Amino acid sequence: MTAIFEMGIADIRSGIADGDFTAKEVAETFIARVSAAKPLNAFLVETPDHALASAEAADKAKANGEALGKMAGVPIGMKDLFCTEGVPTTAASLILEGFTPQYESTVSSNLFKAGAGMLGKLNMDQFAMGSSNETSAFGNVISPWRRNDGGNADLAPGGSSGGSAAVVSGRIAPAATGTDTGGSIRQPAAFTGITGFKPTYGRCSRWGTIAFASSLDQAGPMAHDVRDCAIMLESMAGFDAKDSTSLDLPVPDWEAALNSNLAGKKIGIPKEYRVDNMPAEIDALWQKGIEMLKDAGATIVDVSLPHTKYALPAYYIIAPAEASSNLSRYDGVRYGLRDLPDGAGLQDMYAATREAGFGPEVKRRIMIGTYVLSAGYYDAYYTQAQKVRTLISQDFDKAWNSCDLLLTPTAPSAAFGLGEKSDDPLAMYLNDVFTVPSSLAGLPAMSVPAGLDGKGLPLGLQIIGKALDEQSVFNAGLAIEERAGFVAKPEQWW
Amino acid sequence: MSIDKETVKKIASLSRIAITEAEADAFVPELNQILGWVEQLGEVDCSKVEPMTAVIPNKLRLREDVVTDGAIRDKILANAPVAEHGFFAVPKVIE
Amino acid sequence: MTESTYRIQGGTGEWEVVIGLEVHAQITSESKLFSGASTEFGAEPNTQVSLVDAAMPGMLPTLNAECVRQAVRTGLAIDAQINKYSRFDRKNYFYADLPQGYQISQLYHPIVGEGVIQISLDEKDPDAHGKVIGVERIHIEQDAGKLMHDQHPTMSYVDLNRCGVALMEIVSKPDMTSPKEAAAYVRKLRSILRYVGSCDGNMEQGSMRADVNVSVRKPGGELGTRTETKNVNSMRFIQAVIEYEAQRQVDVIEDGGTVVQETRLFDPDKGETRSMRSKEDAHDYRYFPDPDLLPLELEDDFIFDCKASLPELPDEKRARYKNVLGLSAYNAAVLTAEHETALWFEELLETTDEPEKIASSAANWVTSELFGALNRMGLSIENSPVSPAQAAELLGLVADGTISGKIAKQVFEIMLETGDGAKKIVEEQGLKQESDTGAIEKVIADVMAANEDKVAQYRDGKDKLFGFFVGQTMKAMQGKANPQVVNELLKKTLG
Repeated sequence: MTAIFEMGIADIRSGIADGDFTAKEVAETFIARVSAAKPLNAFLVETPDHALASAEAADKAKANGEALGKMAGVPIGMKDLFCTEGVPTTAASLILEGFTPQYESTVSSNLFKAGAGMLGKLNMDQFAMGSSNETSAFGNVISPWRRNDGGNADLAPGGSSGGSAAVVSGRIAPAATGTDTGGSIRQPAAFTGITGFKPTYGRCSRWGTIAFASSLDQAGPMAHDVRDCAIMLESMAGFDAKDSTSLDLPVPDWEAALNSNLAGKKIGIPKEYRVDNMPAEIDALWQKGIEMLKDAGATIVDVSLPHTKYALPAYYIIAPAEASSNLSRYDGVRYGLRDLPDGAGLQDMYAATREAGFGPEVKRRIMIGTYVLSAGYYDAYYTQAQKVRTLISQDFDKAWNSCDLLLTPTAPSAAFGLGEKSDDPLAMYLNDVFTVPSSLAGLPAMSVPAGLDGKGLPLGLQIIGKALDEQSVFNAGLAIEERAGFVAKPEQWW
Repeated sequence: MSIDKETVKKIASLSRIAITEAEADAFVPELNQILGWVEQLGEVDCSKVEPMTAVIPNKLRLREDVVTDGAIRDKILANAPVAEHGFFAVPKVIE
Repeated sequence: MTESTYRIQGGTGEWEVVIGLEVHAQITSESKLFSGASTEFGAEPNTQVSLVDAAMPGMLPTLNAECVRQAVRTGLAIDAQINKYSRFDRKNYFYADLPQGYQISQLYHPIVGEGVIQISLDEKDPDAHGKVIGVERIHIEQDAGKLMHDQHPTMSYVDLNRCGVALMEIVSKPDMTSPKEAAAYVRKLRSILRYVGSCDGNMEQGSMRADVNVSVRKPGGELGTRTETKNVNSMRFIQAVIEYEAQRQVDVIEDGGTVVQETRLFDPDKGETRSMRSKEDAHDYRYFPDPDLLPLELEDDFIFDCKASLPELPDEKRARYKNVLGLSAYNAAVLTAEHETALWFEELLETTDEPEKIASSAANWVTSELFGALNRMGLSIENSPVSPAQAAELLGLVADGTISGKIAKQVFEIMLETGDGAKKIVEEQGLKQESDTGAIEKVIADVMAANEDKVAQYRDGKDKLFGFFVGQTMKAMQGKANPQVVNELLKKTLG
């Protein structure tokens, strides 16, 4: 039998159901894995009691012959962007140090209702702003992966959901929550050889999830494979009246409808994603992906998304603008850090608190956001960006006239070394070039591991679907997963 | 358009971030680089385009007017850096 | 209207004042605009605060349907354009009473567009001195919390109970030219809001307050730079602000200075305005559409239902009182100024099948007797100790001659004291008027017998003595004789 720690959600579920092991054994296994994984710096808070309590509840329910929830007995990692009642939540920022929410986010609450337990709160890029986990105020997460060149360079797990990606790929947690604003689930999933899914905007409630950019933020699962993502997303998603942008639609049974036969499906290959300087390995992987989907019965069509090159600049206006406003509430009055220099007045206190509490990347984005919204610049920057966003969304709508799904690489490179890009914010932003357009259009998209580069690092393919058509995305992901035979795992060095 | 140090300081002040001189110096080229890059959006002809308002077609729902919340002062004040007599406390404000 | 034209006399001649008002009216609702916390006034600090109001991380706004409905009804009541598409924007600024760091308001797409309000500068004859004031827009926004500065030597205390309560901001055009017009505008607006039921108009509790925009110019000249005096919370203060600001601005200009466009505060103790400590970024609010909320789209049916739910409004009602019920312009104006007064009056009229017949006398009685009594007792009409039905009973006794008008006053006083009905009082105290001609003729005969000399003088042409005989007869009958009958019989008997 596979060791418990190697298992994902579906395996754990059937193991518990079949009586191969108890939920408590599962929890204890992963609690021990968490304890042993400190060198990765993936957890900001460990919550073994929570995982154990959920496991005990699952075991008790099973003993009583009660129906088990979809995630019963599955201990997961929780990105620290989700407010968890009674458990410190910081978004990896000093400004929220000491903040203990008195409420449970809808997504974490849904997962707990489905029987999941929580192993702890996961490190991330501060306020989800970053693509490498280096913006965390509590030190970066180190990827479990290493290059096969014999060097021991620490690699970035990607970001912002870097802690989530690290623990799932390192088999420290069977699954973890992520959030994706411009690629924060998909890019780290690609960097660490796991599967990550961003649903249609509005599928998962944003209530209780610390906001970065409200019109883009979506929670989603990060797990070993497509099936686990489907199970977990079913448990996370659902209408929530407390979020005005939540979609009032039933949650489909994606897992039950998984089907990797893509006969009749048309897959679009957007020519604009063939960017300059794309590494040959990425291009080759993309070609491989095309072949795999053909093999699954799909037809391949060339499509054009003409405004693709403007997605990233539009994103880097819209997201910082929303963030600059969303982060105004961190002012040292009601929670978190307060820095009150001698003799300071209220406004001085705000400025000192925010100077001390926000990291450099957060400040940078607040500054950009403030600037693009300020008098005289609003129309030229913000309004123009929202218009371009409309065009980007229309590009996708037009593409759907000739195809059902899009296949692209997830990221323009494999994982990079920590520190390699952190001095150049713009170079870091370019990491999101393939993931941002679908975020701007609110579309479901996932990253599936599909191969390794020459240095033995994972590479991912991205599938983008029509709004609300998560099922087709899952199915195409499954087709790739079945054909890619991706079994590589990081060797445990920690 | 190009941003100078004075503008950086003004933005920081609007953002209520007490940046240091060194930070201000560093922000000048960084923000100029980023803003210079996003300005390529100006190339796009958007004269007949509406700015996006709802990314997925959806209607604003209205909530029924009933009291369903409040009376949780302990929770509201639980994380306050300074709370006294049921109030949040801040440095004295002169209006 | 030339006689009432308001001018500031400056050293360089006359100056005209231009006034615009932004009235913030608290929308009557149980819960807040974007949260389920209560709006009730006067609760313990921070007890009516939800996680949303305190802007806890990850909290999101959800819009209160009633606040939307009331804003639309208010718009319809001033014949305004209702915008079927509106949107909420964030107004960003930092202050301790604003936990989110932004106020959710409507800048770019308000829910209500242009409308009009008819004002009157003379209550006694509203039609002769009317003026139409334009309303630019009405939008919905959140109120802020409250800071207390006097509870601690070095700290201010923050109470978020008010934070998130729904306000309508009703923005007038700069159509007013005197303090009196501004006051008339606010009075009329308040009346309409109370008729509609969208705001209780309670200025003491802060349910209504105004930002007063004032500028001065040479008559007919270019508009001057305006100042905005914030949060003025009484009709009297609004007038004081205008008088003070207009004079101050004229002085500034005539001394060679320029008026600075700025936000000012009114100090009621000194009767002065002063500049708020000016913040260099005060006017860079970085408005943008709130991404936590979608555009608000109204259906025709919804707007139709809002319209159908409106009561008869003060202008229509006043016209009806005058034209259909035949009331004097003054009575019609006074009785319709407050919705409660009109409702009380109409309840009185409803006791009869022919309201037109009693309307005038009832109106006179309400505006003189009832108002006088309520005034004396410091009561509002809703708390009147005498109900409309009781008043109808009293007026009925006068109308059918059971008691005289004079006795009615006496009965009314007893009603106020005891709460008893008019009929019961008249019965018990024997105040019924004597209309029996036989009894009165008998008394008249006695009076004439006792005053034969005066009868002779009268018959010789000393007409003035008639009053003497009336007085003597009434006196003999302890005032209870029907004066009309007494008059008639005396005329007949004296010849």
